[in-house]
Amino acid sequence: MAHAEAAPQLIGSSGDSLREAFGKALASIAESYPDVVVLDADIAGGTGAHHFRKAYPGRFLQFGIAEQNMMAAAAGLAAVGLVPVVTTFAVFCLRAIEQARLSIAYAKRNVKIVASHPGLDVGPDGGSAQALEDMAAFRAIPGMTVISPADPFEMALATKAILDFDGPVYMRTGRSPAKRVFGNGHRFEIGKGQVLRQGRDVTLVACGVEVVRALEAASMLARESVDARVVNMPTIKPIDTELLKACAEETGAIVTAEDHNIYGGLGGAVAEALARTYPAPIEFVGLNDRFGESGEPEELAEHCGIGTSAIADAARRAIKRKARA
Amino acid sequence: MNAVAQAKVIDLEEPSVAKLEAAAKAIRSIAIAAIYHAGSGHPGGALSAADLLACLYGAEMNVWPDQVGNEARDRFVLSKGHAAPALYAAGAHFRFCSVADALTLRKLGSPFQGHPHVHDLAWVETSTGSLGQGFSVALGMAMGLKLKGNPARVYALLGDGELQEGEVWEAAMCAAHHKLDNLVATVDYNKLQSDDKNANIMGLEPLADKFRAFGWSVFEIDGHAMREILAALELARGVNAKPVVIIAHTIKGKGVPFMENVPHWHGSVKLTRAQAEESLIALKLGKAEIVRLLDGTR
Repeated sequence: MAHAEAAPQLIGSSGDSLREAFGKALASIAESYPDVVVLDADIAGGTGAHHFRKAYPGRFLQFGIAEQNMMAAAAGLAAVGLVPVVTTFAVFCLRAIEQARLSIAYAKRNVKIVASHPGLDVGPDGGSAQALEDMAAFRAIPGMTVISPADPFEMALATKAILDFDGPVYMRTGRSPAKRVFGNGHRFEIGKGQVLRQGRDVTLVACGVEVVRALEAASMLARESVDARVVNMPTIKPIDTELLKACAEETGAIVTAEDHNIYGGLGGAVAEALARTYPAPIEFVGLNDRFGESGEPEELAEHCGIGTSAIADAARRAIKRKARA
Repeated sequence: MNAVAQAKVIDLEEPSVAKLEAAAKAIRSIAIAAIYHAGSGHPGGALSAADLLACLYGAEMNVWPDQVGNEARDRFVLSKGHAAPALYAAGAHFRFCSVADALTLRKLGSPFQGHPHVHDLAWVETSTGSLGQGFSVALGMAMGLKLKGNPARVYALLGDGELQEGEVWEAAMCAAHHKLDNLVATVDYNKLQSDDKNANIMGLEPLADKFRAFGWSVFEIDGHAMREILAALELARGVNAKPVVIIAHTIKGKGVPFMENVPHWHGSVKLTRAQAEESLIALKLGKAEIVRLLDGTR
């Protein structure tokens, strides 16, 4: 089992959002990746792509508000040897998912789709803008890698990793200011999760903004003498089955936590992996097959059942089921 | 056809036209045989596009069967992917694959998928089959080639029903905005789509005006007249800072009288032996050639 030298506590707020972290990282490494071009549909200011536009205007391609054309055109750019990074909001990736399916994934094009504004993290814009289905939908496309980093530092590492990786990738960033989880020793590898906090009673498996909440939930549970392990699972596909199996063996109960519908995302991926290797009680923290609504991300998380207390509740349920099993 | 193109056609030599007509006949014949062997496929739109494909592969494009990965090659995208049998037939005639291989269309394990797929056919430039997408992919190729300073050109073949997809007009707007004069779209305007005439399903007219309004240079031609096709393609090369669309008026099922202008033959249909023979006879194939295509497949 892979043990990260992870900081079990949060490293405060960086003041940076995942989208800004992505945009800055991309601009900072782009000189070493001369074939990378960035595609935008009139929201570069919102996706973080504005950093790249400023640094490399000649490699920044504007498609206007027309995501379907942008997504398929990315496949054409890849076909002539460029490495297109498609940037838009997660909901609009869903709008162009058939282009991602046929022109990108079926044709095996090396295109990186980077989606900002996923989940309730979008906040006040409300249910129309909060993509809670994107990881499930993109995960179902053959050959598509799906990634959701947890903090600005991991986002920067993941940005480089997807450029070094040959194949189509869907990566979530995030809109709201993100807390730092990782210290400088953190490593990111596609397909690998890490134990952030050791524990024996239950494993909390989280991705994206839920990693911070899972760490907070573990602290909350520790006060009632529940020893929760926390796993960061930034790659939803391919999922780190080996790590999950070890966690199921060693803790006997699993909770998944994601800013996404409970169907088909991280929870689905974890359940599929464990059903085949080491079945254990699993509780799913996510949106319970409902849309989001307007509000600030933290209050929405509590209101819609993906906050810290919801994760702690799920952990208690999972442990109870373990006792019965 | 516009007057400028009319003036150009006079210069073309007779032998080259005859050669292209022979190629179109071969494309139609192989496509019909492939659909017959497959037990399904879309013959109508394959037949209407045959002359356009003959001119593109036989005269216009810089493509080489022995150098399919050469970066200098022009790119062809069959955006109306259901005309795959015609693309494979063109590939067979121009030696990108064998006729016998093309006749494995739609069979289990064949790289000649029901709609074009780039995986196992290196000379097929991209995967298509969902209307509108190929046009955008072609646009991306054209944009990418310009960025790389590569003078190669990109040719997309679209169906008319395909133009009802919103993505086509997203791409049309985008190509003009980016002044992609290395992109040539040809519309196989046979006036019929899956269920009925375009005009009854969702009218396209005034089509040339639509493309002009979107900032494209437009040529309208008879899509079965080799001289007109070649002239329009040559004129397209002279257009600067604008993408070019060639609206090619065609006849669905062209060359096989019982299919011509009958919507039923758009769809994925099974051809009986008698229908396949009748088609090949109408295309003026000799008895031995018919037997070779319909019986001696491998």
